[in-house]
Amino acid sequence: MTAVQLVALVAVALGGTAVVLAHEPARQALVTGVYGFALAVLFLAFQAPDVALSQIVVGAIALPAMILYALRKIIRREEERDEG
Amino acid sequence: MSERARMAVFGAGVLGFAAVLVWGLGGLPDFGDFAGRYGDYLAHTSVPQRHATSAISVTTFDFRGVDTLIEEFILFTAAVGVVALLRTGRERDDVAAEPESVRRPTAQSGSLGSVATALVGPGLVLGINVVLHGHLTPGGGFQGGVVLMSAFLLIYLGGCHIRLGRLRPLAAMEASEGVGAAGFALIGLGGLVIAGAYLENFLPFGRVGNLVSGGDIPLLNIAVGLEVMGALLVVLGEFLDQRLLMRKGEA
Repeated sequence: MTAVQLVALVAVALGGTAVVLAHEPARQALVTGVYGFALAVLFLAFQAPDVALSQIVVGAIALPAMILYALRKIIRREEERDEG
Repeated sequence: MSERARMAVFGAGVLGFAAVLVWGLGGLPDFGDFAGRYGDYLAHTSVPQRHATSAISVTTFDFRGVDTLIEEFILFTAAVGVVALLRTGRERDDVAAEPESVRRPTAQSGSLGSVATALVGPGLVLGINVVLHGHLTPGGGFQGGVVLMSAFLLIYLGGCHIRLGRLRPLAAMEASEGVGAAGFALIGLGGLVIAGAYLENFLPFGRVGNLVSGGDIPLLNIAVGLEVMGALLVVLGEFLDQRLLMRKGEA
């Protein structure tokens, strides 16, 4: 196992734990993005550039963006319910 | 059930799961010691048989092309489902999608806007590059399609809504999604008619390493790229519309 692979594995383990420990959903979405990027580095280090390429965009951009949009919608709805 | 009893059930489950997991991990091959025969076979046949240097593209679009076709339709169906869910009850609010409300800048910070706008062009070029070279280098329709989608997302981040005035790229994206999904199926049908089997290659393979090589794999990559970009943008567009509707309600 090379040093890069080892570092990537540790980063993914820490990133996954950080996602679980982040309690506020909006912050969790951003931590998920960082974790997704760590996963992409891991895939690249283990010689899977195809998977790494999809992971960068899906895990680091598309997934957090969708979570944030969905969150915004939910929070809005809850505020309306509290008012009415 | 009391909390103690619940913890006991949880503990027993965790211990059992950990034991089975450790047992299973013990039987794995050593690190870097993969002895799968299919991997070797595919790595050695993709260039001589299909004239394409990316063995992964050859596998996904040729050797197991039907699998990829079904995956495409999973994405297509999921996008249609999300749109159907988000569009319910939208008719009465449809005025909010009019251009004047939509043209309001969405970026709060000027530097974010300029960086995002500056990255749109390179993002589009990179996405097209990844789609077109799918049979030569790592990448392909799916990866390139997602890169293209994020380039469009940058337009929004940079301060403009994706649905700009009368251009309505959202409708174009719906068309792109449909054309991509149908294109993949039709290329497969071409194989059935011309070469005798569904998704069988029916184009000349060309010279190894050329942009036009690998038979129908580049065409399938383009179809998947259109489909993935369209599907993701349609879903994102629906979310953004929702957001703008709520913004108008706020004002």
